[in-house]
Amino acid sequence: MNYTQTEIWLIICLMAIGTFAIRYSFLGLIGSRRIPTLIEQMLRYTPVAVLPGMVAPLVLWPTDATNGVTILHLGAAFAALFVAYITRKVIWGMLAGLVVFFSPLIITLL
Amino acid sequence: MTVTNMKHAYWSGVRDALPYIVVVVPFATLFGIVAIDAGLTLAQTLSFSILVIAGASQFAALQLMLENAAISFILAAALAVNLRMAMYSAALAPHLGSAALWQRILIGYLNFDQSYILSVTKYENEPDMLIASKVTYFMGVALTIATFWCLFTYFGVRVGSVIPINLEVSFVLPIAFLSMVAPMIKSPAHIAAAFVSIIIALALAGLPAGSGLLIAAVCAMATGVIVETHLEQKT
Repeated sequence: MNYTQTEIWLIICLMAIGTFAIRYSFLGLIGSRRIPTLIEQMLRYTPVAVLPGMVAPLVLWPTDATNGVTILHLGAAFAALFVAYITRKVIWGMLAGLVVFFSPLIITLL
Repeated sequence: MTVTNMKHAYWSGVRDALPYIVVVVPFATLFGIVAIDAGLTLAQTLSFSILVIAGASQFAALQLMLENAAISFILAAALAVNLRMAMYSAALAPHLGSAALWQRILIGYLNFDQSYILSVTKYENEPDMLIASKVTYFMGVALTIATFWCLFTYFGVRVGSVIPINLEVSFVLPIAFLSMVAPMIKSPAHIAAAFVSIIIALALAGLPAGSGLLIAAVCAMATGVIVETHLEQKT
């Protein structure tokens, strides 16, 4: 990470202001006016449009692997995705992914 | 409006929020660990959780900071993750729009996934609720979640300072992102959007950090809307 302290604080503060503006928008300024349908439709896709694109390079080209992606990375990624999808719960997906990823360590400890 | 009723609305909000704590606690702890490991200070990590209170976007910002992305790209991507909350704001406006200005500002600050979902469900189930009860119920939910979010971010910082895990070179962040996004996939349009996001982000991976992601996100949003419209016309 190559940011000055001022830049880090700037990121935090601007994110706080931006997030507040988004959350306050209709409650405060726009009141009970309706959002245009197209905008409302696009808003519904923001998390699924951003997060998969962010995670895909991290899975295929993991930063901790000098020899490229391993079966452990792919297995952990699949476990997290699959379990979180089936259970609809973030926490179970995270646990499943972590257990698979750290399974060699867990087996040694046992 | 009696004091007893207000207290009742507040505590029923607290009670309804409790099951969500199970998710908030590990998530906040993880953020604390990852943030301190990435090189943020205690004050910066806590400010993040106190001022922003939005898990997925905080993780997204941190990931892009690890990639040394330009500040404008970090802000654009992290705020894009939060754009759905404008929808929450619009959904809450008919119920809470008549509250006092300071209350609406506080509600805006605390308007996140859990507080929105629980409150709107409650208001729809109990249409007779008075505005004062609606506000106190919202606060009961939101303050409970936010308190645990901040407390356990601090806990994570302490854990991360004692046990240096070096998450910059580990796979915990991708696992967290995948677990966050999977439960949001609810329709073929969501799948299409996620797929386009992945393909374009991978194809543009050579561009400066964060910029390919933004192009991918815009294309993915458009794809979601197009597929949704197309499916609706069929039925």
